[in-house]
Amino acid sequence: MTTASVAAPERSLQSYLTERAGRGKLLMPYVTAGVTPDWLELVDAVIDAGADAVEIGIPFSDPAIDGTTIQEATVVALEAGMTPAAALQQLKSRRFGVPLIAMTHYNLVYRYGHERFAADLVAAGGWATILPDLPFEHAGEWIAAADAEGIENVLLAAPVTSDERLAMVVEKTGGFVYVVSTMGTTGARAGVDSAATVLARRVKSITDKPAVVGFGISSAETAVTAAREADGVIVASALMRRVLDGATVEDAAQLVAEIRAGLDAAYATQDL
Amino acid sequence: MTATRQLPPAASPLNMGEPDGLGFFGEFGGRYVGEPLIGACQEVEEAFIDAWADPGFRDEFLHVLNTYGGRPSPTTECDNLGEQLGLRLLLKREDLNHTGSHKINNVIGQALLAKRMGKTRLIAETGAGQHGVATATAAALLGMSCTVYMGEVDMRRQALNVFRMRLLGTEVVPAMSGSRTLKDAVNEAMRAWVSEVGDTHYCLGSVMGPHPYPWMVRTFHEVIGTEARQQVMDLTGGLPDVAVACVGGGSNAAGLFAGFADDPEVRLVGAEPAGGAAAGRGVPAIVHGMRAYFMQDEVGQILEAESISAGLDYPGLGPEHSHLAVTKRAEYHPVTDDEVLEAFQLLSRTEGIIPALESAHAIAWVANNAAELQGQTVLVNLSGRGDKDVEQVQEILER
Repeated sequence: MTTASVAAPERSLQSYLTERAGRGKLLMPYVTAGVTPDWLELVDAVIDAGADAVEIGIPFSDPAIDGTTIQEATVVALEAGMTPAAALQQLKSRRFGVPLIAMTHYNLVYRYGHERFAADLVAAGGWATILPDLPFEHAGEWIAAADAEGIENVLLAAPVTSDERLAMVVEKTGGFVYVVSTMGTTGARAGVDSAATVLARRVKSITDKPAVVGFGISSAETAVTAAREADGVIVASALMRRVLDGATVEDAAQLVAEIRAGLDAAYATQDL
Repeated sequence: MTATRQLPPAASPLNMGEPDGLGFFGEFGGRYVGEPLIGACQEVEEAFIDAWADPGFRDEFLHVLNTYGGRPSPTTECDNLGEQLGLRLLLKREDLNHTGSHKINNVIGQALLAKRMGKTRLIAETGAGQHGVATATAAALLGMSCTVYMGEVDMRRQALNVFRMRLLGTEVVPAMSGSRTLKDAVNEAMRAWVSEVGDTHYCLGSVMGPHPYPWMVRTFHEVIGTEARQQVMDLTGGLPDVAVACVGGGSNAAGLFAGFADDPEVRLVGAEPAGGAAAGRGVPAIVHGMRAYFMQDEVGQILEAESISAGLDYPGLGPEHSHLAVTKRAEYHPVTDDEVLEAFQLLSRTEGIIPALESAHAIAWVANNAAELQGQTVLVNLSGRGDKDVEQVQEILER
């Protein structure tokens, strides 16, 4: 993967991902900030392994949306003293070749201060946020502050999301549409619900914005299945599982490399 | 004080009225949940509005509360303790309800609603176990299956309630994350609801969580305030000067306050545990689906509450209470664990009523403030009985 230009203010995650999606399926790994002392090396390694963008999880004390693995990563990171400010500060100390996307619970952004969080996120190399517990009805203040700094706010769509609501999610989302593959919490699963395929198809039938499937991507095989109707996949719990089980940065990143290879092999020859 | 007031109308009282279209009471409330739960919350909201507008549903609700739950609960005049404290003390006896606390009001309401929605299964969180037992009871009554999430620490503190729930045919699942108390049980229940939303109703136990729960749970508990208002008028010929209730998430207080919110001469007081004083020590946060006061650190991580009573071991205050605190219609004051233990013994000794440790917070506030309450009529919501707590108190006192 080549290094993209990340210079503000003309950056647009949606344009960037759309351009990338023209060349292959998108792959976005997730790393919990502070999950290990060398978590920044892990971010570098998953980019080298073929990530198109990286989600940075900022740990929150009450991760109601997350499954057991991300909860565990959250506890480890919080016990190591990770804070939103520290995560952004540490990211700022490096330059990454791909866009970073902050994923956290809204309270941390709210408490940090909308304007200040948006500005510090840009300085840290962030292009967008994913705040799963902030539905668009309540997101006005954050989106205004984010817009002012050129930060996009990614919204989620779930299999149960009604057609009427899906149209609003698709219209209001920034960057891409985060397709929740199943009705569970985050977490690696052996198979990916056919619900993901159905939902990705519903999304793609009403928008040109990229649709990326998350929740439950555990292997190249599940990624290939999940990406069939979508523009790409997010791999989070499976990656954090390896890290929590003591894998080295190289071993953890190997999962991303395998998924990259699987996606490229499955879709390289197809018209995308 | 006037003795000529009529009972409040069936509609919600003005100061504790309906939330706005997005579920806000002033600046508090809302529906801060992930997209997978938005539809489920909307479904509950629509079903509740429809049911509550249906006289048949309300009749059924009151019929079950009366013939099964033991309502109306009496209001007891406590001459002994009242004389000792120099005030007129009245207790609204929610401790006499079936399952031993006010919790039954809400679970009967929600279980009937869940049935009406075609759900076959209830899930719930519980702290002290009171709401869990109440939910398990309603599930048994209505032939529904039931799973209750309970912090692992609380399961040890309230082992008897765990056994009660299992006896009632409910599965009890330990919440092993975080502080392993009530807030973590809420997280677990919300996670479970996401996965099982098709056939499952989340029977939330307090005036908290995403819209419509804070409003709906308060509405099911309004029967406390409605009854108490009439009973106090019958006993004293007037309204109380003060209405006091303990506050964790705040459901029994919300039910009591609703009966008096539009009587400006009635002072509304919530007694918070000093170790979980969300109104006193909290700042607005967005957690558990709502914007409300929460105890949190400087970056926004939610703090663990510490209280002698598992039922008040919650770091947040429901959104309507948060609103009442900001508008100053109600006031919220902390009491310490030691004061609660004193009050627990005081009421037992003077009146022959062993209160739940939760309810003892309200008694403790009255005892602490007796000097300024001299000669006043003080109504306390005795939200639950203390049978579940005697072993714990014995351990503490004999230590």
